[in-house]
Amino acid sequence: MLRFIFGRLAVLIPTFIGVSIIAFSFIRLLPGDPVMLMSGERVMSPERHTELMHQLGLDRPMYIQYFDYLTGLLQGDFGSSIVTKRPVLDDFVNLFPATLELSLCAIIVAVLLGIPAGVLAAVKRGTWLDQSIMGVALVGYSMPIFWWGLLLIIFFSGYLGWTPVSGRISLMYFFPQVTGFMLIDSLISGQAGAFKSALTYLILPTVVLATIPLAVIARQTRSAMLEVLGEDYVRTARAKGLSPFRVVGIHALRNAMIPVITTIGLQVGVLLAGAILTETIFSWPGIGKWMVDSVFKRDYAVVQGGLMLIAAVIMIVNLVVDLLYGWVNPRIRH
Amino acid sequence: MKKLTTLLAATALASMMATAAWSKTLVYCSEASPEGFDPGLYTGGQTFDATSRTVYNRLVEFKHGGTEVEPGLAESWEVSADGKEYTFKLRKGVKFQTTDFFTPTRDLNADDVIFSFERQYKTDNPWNKYVAGASWEYFAGMGFPDLIEKIEKVDDLTVKFVLKRPEAPFIANLGMDFASIISKEYADKLQADGKMELLNQQPLGTGPFTFVAYQTDAAIRYKANPDYWAGKQPIDDLVFAITTDAAVRAQKLKAGECHIMAYPNAADVAELKKDENLTVLEQEGLNVAYLAYNTLVPPFDKVEVRKALNMAVNRQAIVDAVFQGAATVAKNPIPPTMWSYNNAVEDDKYDPEAAKKMLEEAGAAGLKMKIWAMPVARPYMLNARRAAELMQADLAKIGVEAEIVSYEWAEYLKLSSAKDRDGAAILGWTGDNGDPDNFLDTLLGCDAVGGNNRAQWCNKEFDDLMTKAKETADIAERTKLYEEAQVIFKREAPWNTLDHSLVVVPMSKKVSGFKMDPLGIHRFDGVDIAE
Repeated sequence: MLRFIFGRLAVLIPTFIGVSIIAFSFIRLLPGDPVMLMSGERVMSPERHTELMHQLGLDRPMYIQYFDYLTGLLQGDFGSSIVTKRPVLDDFVNLFPATLELSLCAIIVAVLLGIPAGVLAAVKRGTWLDQSIMGVALVGYSMPIFWWGLLLIIFFSGYLGWTPVSGRISLMYFFPQVTGFMLIDSLISGQAGAFKSALTYLILPTVVLATIPLAVIARQTRSAMLEVLGEDYVRTARAKGLSPFRVVGIHALRNAMIPVITTIGLQVGVLLAGAILTETIFSWPGIGKWMVDSVFKRDYAVVQGGLMLIAAVIMIVNLVVDLLYGWVNPRIRH
Repeated sequence: MKKLTTLLAATALASMMATAAWSKTLVYCSEASPEGFDPGLYTGGQTFDATSRTVYNRLVEFKHGGTEVEPGLAESWEVSADGKEYTFKLRKGVKFQTTDFFTPTRDLNADDVIFSFERQYKTDNPWNKYVAGASWEYFAGMGFPDLIEKIEKVDDLTVKFVLKRPEAPFIANLGMDFASIISKEYADKLQADGKMELLNQQPLGTGPFTFVAYQTDAAIRYKANPDYWAGKQPIDDLVFAITTDAAVRAQKLKAGECHIMAYPNAADVAELKKDENLTVLEQEGLNVAYLAYNTLVPPFDKVEVRKALNMAVNRQAIVDAVFQGAATVAKNPIPPTMWSYNNAVEDDKYDPEAAKKMLEEAGAAGLKMKIWAMPVARPYMLNARRAAELMQADLAKIGVEAEIVSYEWAEYLKLSSAKDRDGAAILGWTGDNGDPDNFLDTLLGCDAVGGNNRAQWCNKEFDDLMTKAKETADIAERTKLYEEAQVIFKREAPWNTLDHSLVVVPMSKKVSGFKMDPLGIHRFDGVDIAE
């Protein structure tokens, strides 16, 4: 087991270096530099431009900048934003809980609705129920998130007035960030109604962010179930006279879950990508919105630092999943 | 220990909230997060709304809703006969805000004023580089490093600025955001504690609102400053709800989640006007969009060619298509809300027949040219591509074949400045202060050729007027000079002046006292809300 863990950790090193190169060069491939964008329509004299580029250390050869950056990374220094001048790590730590909270809620909703929907579709294969579930899933999968979010806001918040339009909690409530998770912080604050407010603000963004993973999970569950339902042991279980619920719920579903769990793990990337648009629509102060703004401003430090941190999160999640697999299924260790 | 402090702070804030929930709160849906809280360091309008116009004051202020300069922290000032010395008499008894992070022990004095400026240009000042990459962009952009000889303390309440040359727009420049007055006492304390970066996170000034907290990318909270020298504000609390998407801001306003919103989409304005709970204020912004010919490259060096092209374009159609009415056709390079706007100037008439003839007479029939269209929406031009297409169609009618080109935004800004640029470029400007010099000389002066002067137009007659107007402090005299300059501009036609867009501010009918600001700033002093 120890060898297995070390093997996995060793793979992380080249991955880390690869990601750092991509993160570093990606933003620099875009035309324009942060200094020029800072001044906007007001033309900066070439001397001043050179001076500011020098101040920011952007006039040095690319490889030197990269090694500087790498050295910083190894010491845990992600640099400071060119625009806001704040340390990248501080902003990330500040904003990441918001993204995490939203993503967790979305994945919980997607799993809780997606798996039963998939099972139901598989069991009732070929009926109108199957077709409508799969139809809805297909629509959900192809929905442009931006449009979908705005549509929900206009209908539920604007027309019906059931949910708030955007934000994380009503502005009436104000308490310091302790964990960064609004649901937990609102409980800690002890302010009456704060938790309920935070919950209502979560509904629409969660629905929007959960839409695509939900569709994927439902479709994956359905096909995995169909495969398993055709197996001999399921037929045997049925022949033994077990209740349909036991057959589907215990015998079939447990075996069908293996590919479904893999799919759920893969949704981490989808969620982070979806968070970018969802956070923009719902003014959700998370890392997605932060990254998009920084790309537009060519804030090199934030984009490369942010990408590294996001990659680190994904690498850690993958590592944990790998180790869990190894623990659950000893065959994988070899 | 840290946990304990957090818990204590939580309890303190919670008890504060218990009262705040009952107070009069105004919520403003702002368009972006502030870049930081030190207005000297930044250039974004959202930053100024959140710092200089709420927390801070300046020596002079722009009149609420106008561009005229009026006394601020300085109650009066004198200019020496040679126009090089400005002596400001400070208001007595002005208090800095008392917050939970700092309690001032003294009133505003000359040291604060000197500190606020010196930190921006004296490289040996410890505050000059207190955050990484501090470049004091506006201070440099307005030419202050080459203008200020020295700043002297005459006595506790008198400050003298000595300039290297006479510069009439200097007073208006002091009303700009970067010239906000910071407490030296607070800065000294932060320096002694080794926490200088907090100046950019916890602002403290003399303004109408006291900073309470910033929740990154989500909200900024203020409360009315009880010690404000011009009197306490009618509202108790002010909250900026940061909402980047314009369509969502409009929904929030309609749902009552905020009372005032910034920058609606042009397409949403009609819908907002229909809502009976809302008022929509509109005013011409302090901006202009233009098509700049490159007057150094033939045949655009000929006035007749430029005039003919101007007459061939139906600008009203562009304004209708791009702004859906939320803009007016421009005839002068400065907007009508600015002093010295010359309304007597006669605009080029849309007349394709005459234009065609004029072009033929100038020997430029069958001209082929390029039109540069910006890749991004700016307040003065929401869709340059569409505008360029309409121009292209209009020009085709007089036999001119126009090709539309575009580049990525930063590239566009750089390449459009080049003296040998091939083609006419669409661009624009939003004023920094209320001074006509900030448009006319900045965009059309000889010094700006190869830079902000995208027409590369250097006209001696025009430039002499600019120099003269800078040297006199008399507003009536300056008005005359700028009026004359606008006549020359129209005659020489280095640009086709396209539009001045409207600034639109939709708000709840409960709000009173909000004034449109031609500088595009959202100010909340004097604003009240019915409960």
